[in-house]
Amino acid sequence: MTNPTTTVGNKPAGESSNGSCEEMLVAPRQHLLDLDDLSAAEINDLLDSADGMLEISSRDNRKTPALRGKTIITMFFENSTRTRVSFEQAGKILGADVINVTASASSVSKGESLLNTVKTLQAMQIDALVVRHPHSGAPYFIANHTDASVVNAGDGTHAHPTQSLLDLFTVRNHIGDMTGKKIAIVGDVLYSRVARSNILAFQKMGAEVTVSCPNTLIPDEWSLGLTLGDETGFGGLKLARNVDEAVDSADVVMALRIQQERQDAGHLPSLREYADRWGINAQRMALANDGALLMHPGPMNEGVEISSEVAHGAQSVVEEQVRNGVAVRMAVLYTLCAPGKSSRIGNSESTSGDEA
Amino acid sequence: MVARKLAITGGRVIDPAQGIDRIADVLISNGKIDEVTSGSTGSTPDGYEHIDASGKIVSPGFVDLHTHLRDPGQEWKETIVTGTRAAAFGGFTTISAMPNTDPVQDSAAVVDDVVRRSAAEGLIRVLPIGAISIGQKGKQLAPMGELADSGVIGFSDDGNSVDDANLMRQALSYSAELGLPIINHAEDKKIGAGGVMSAGTVATRLGLVGVPAEAETAMVARDLHLADLTKARLHIPHISTVGSLVALRTAKESGVDVTAEVTPHHLTLSDEWVYGLKGEVPTTIGSEAYDTDTKVNPPLRSRDDVEAVIDALSEGLIDIIATDHAPHAATDKVCTYNEAAHGINVLETAFSSVFQLVDTGKISAVRLIESLTAGPAAILCKDLGSLKKGFSADVVVIDPGSKWIVNPEQFESKSVNSPLAGVELTGRVVTTIYQGETVFDLSDVVASAGAKQ
Repeated sequence: MTNPTTTVGNKPAGESSNGSCEEMLVAPRQHLLDLDDLSAAEINDLLDSADGMLEISSRDNRKTPALRGKTIITMFFENSTRTRVSFEQAGKILGADVINVTASASSVSKGESLLNTVKTLQAMQIDALVVRHPHSGAPYFIANHTDASVVNAGDGTHAHPTQSLLDLFTVRNHIGDMTGKKIAIVGDVLYSRVARSNILAFQKMGAEVTVSCPNTLIPDEWSLGLTLGDETGFGGLKLARNVDEAVDSADVVMALRIQQERQDAGHLPSLREYADRWGINAQRMALANDGALLMHPGPMNEGVEISSEVAHGAQSVVEEQVRNGVAVRMAVLYTLCAPGKSSRIGNSESTSGDEA
Repeated sequence: MVARKLAITGGRVIDPAQGIDRIADVLISNGKIDEVTSGSTGSTPDGYEHIDASGKIVSPGFVDLHTHLRDPGQEWKETIVTGTRAAAFGGFTTISAMPNTDPVQDSAAVVDDVVRRSAAEGLIRVLPIGAISIGQKGKQLAPMGELADSGVIGFSDDGNSVDDANLMRQALSYSAELGLPIINHAEDKKIGAGGVMSAGTVATRLGLVGVPAEAETAMVARDLHLADLTKARLHIPHISTVGSLVALRTAKESGVDVTAEVTPHHLTLSDEWVYGLKGEVPTTIGSEAYDTDTKVNPPLRSRDDVEAVIDALSEGLIDIIATDHAPHAATDKVCTYNEAAHGINVLETAFSSVFQLVDTGKISAVRLIESLTAGPAAILCKDLGSLKKGFSADVVVIDPGSKWIVNPEQFESKSVNSPLAGVELTGRVVTTIYQGETVFDLSDVVASAGAKQ
């Protein structure tokens, strides 16, 4: 993926009279596939844009014409409530036409290949494809075969960049500069795309990230108790020996969904034991810094990775995360699709690998 | 064979089976080797056609123990015709057809069909491999005696490892009487369940489920113990891990009747190739990542594993190079990494890719050629892979300085699934002679390519 380093100023249409939306300085880019190729400055620009979007999405009349005439397709090959609806809501507030495609109700269920599905949608003149797929790398594959902007809404166990942006946005709104802040991520690091994207994202913003999970849920080449080196791609990540060590003095505690399949595949003796040894509860939250935030990307298994008491307690920002998700996705869609932008780069070269 | 008389003069003749490495002429008549002269006379005997090999290497035709021809059953990927053409272009004059066809080569009827059509349609020699179990299902032994009578050179269930240790034991024991090797794909599929590439840093960064090296090592160790128990011949295909090599060394030292092969890709490509930058490690993951042409089983391993198999081949712990040529259609590779089929199209790049190891001093030219000729011929127990008098006149001429850029669209193979597309390689087969006849000549290919324009 190539991105010119020049920046352009953009202002969402319909914002000039209000003046609440500051001018955004965002590097033109065609796709959002992960956050690894965004600088901290680019991420902050997106979050600044989301500030304005949050104001728009909170209005009584929350329709703007910023993306009027643009067509966005959400293409979900996995079940999802919040992410799909969040993208749909974001697109609609910005005035785009949003079409939802789900694998089970499309020709994918008839065996149509991903390539042909993408080519079919491409032929209908679309501006953005928001993709959730169970296979890591699927959005990269799609980006090679379409002129549209591709937004990764979660690929396999690889990345979930808009979740990370909304998590960063939520934390920034509460504690501002994240430099040196301790972020504890507790859960299924091996299979979690949220964990991977958030480790990279929070580290980019200067935070110190510590993870805690059973030894069966980290990659074999990692070891509990270590701080990872740069060669891993997650340099500086701390692997706590136990959950208390991770949560101790944390500024943010993030619990990740633990799936029943992990028990079935032998990663865990039982969800009961997981709740006992890794579940986030009031006792464990007390180890964190005063005023620490409790986050969860959802959907929650209350009583497993997070107790109901803390999930709905004073430190929980879980619902705020969902609300912020719409604003962050508005910022992403606007940045990629706003009319009149010269940012539709790479179109001519993106089809060259299309040998089929 | 026609009574063609051919003199290949002035080349560096390397024939490891005879300990020959000298400038000499190779004389051929009636499809057989007449003589490797003691030195080059610089002249061509009367009545002989002439190939000037000065500055070139002259070697016995290569012998491959591990080829997927996809015929019968998947002719859209490869056929006996296209597969043997690809082999000839890569310098191979003998290949061994893996039994994972449709129907499976688990009966004399299917094997006889492959043998008959290979003789009629094939450009070079095709030797069949029979299945270990009926339908390669790992439940009941295939009729191994009947298959041996049909000429199979060994038994394999190909990508289906024989999971049942007792069935493996019985297969080894039964084949011991036949004198043929069992070739078992060694992979404990439970250990690497769901894995699509080698476990490690690259898999973790890309979010792809990794197969630990131990999935191979564990089954290699099991098979070596069972070969010891049964006193049978075991041939380990595409060995690829440090741990497997440790087990192999121990077994060889204790006298187990075992041989092992390594593929060109496991000798030259690491798991970092999955990033899609021809081995470069990127700082950020780009849209070239998840290169499905790198998906293969066993998966491309760590750099440490690559260095270890090179050293093991060089010292002879690994006996031979085999291609595991596995052509796949575009639809099997233009998809997500999870969906992509396992396999690399190898025949036409095999020699050039491993010749890099000679250029970089990691292996001698003589040992490399031995691992492609005398080595596999010894495992086959056939009069092949050498320029001895009376042997089939199977010869390749190699230009060690020729540079070329791999373009799979120009492959003779029906498929294009090569991760080496666009890579420049040095050293190339320029002429292949099978039973005294020229079956490939690079100058003809270049001429015909020019004529097309």
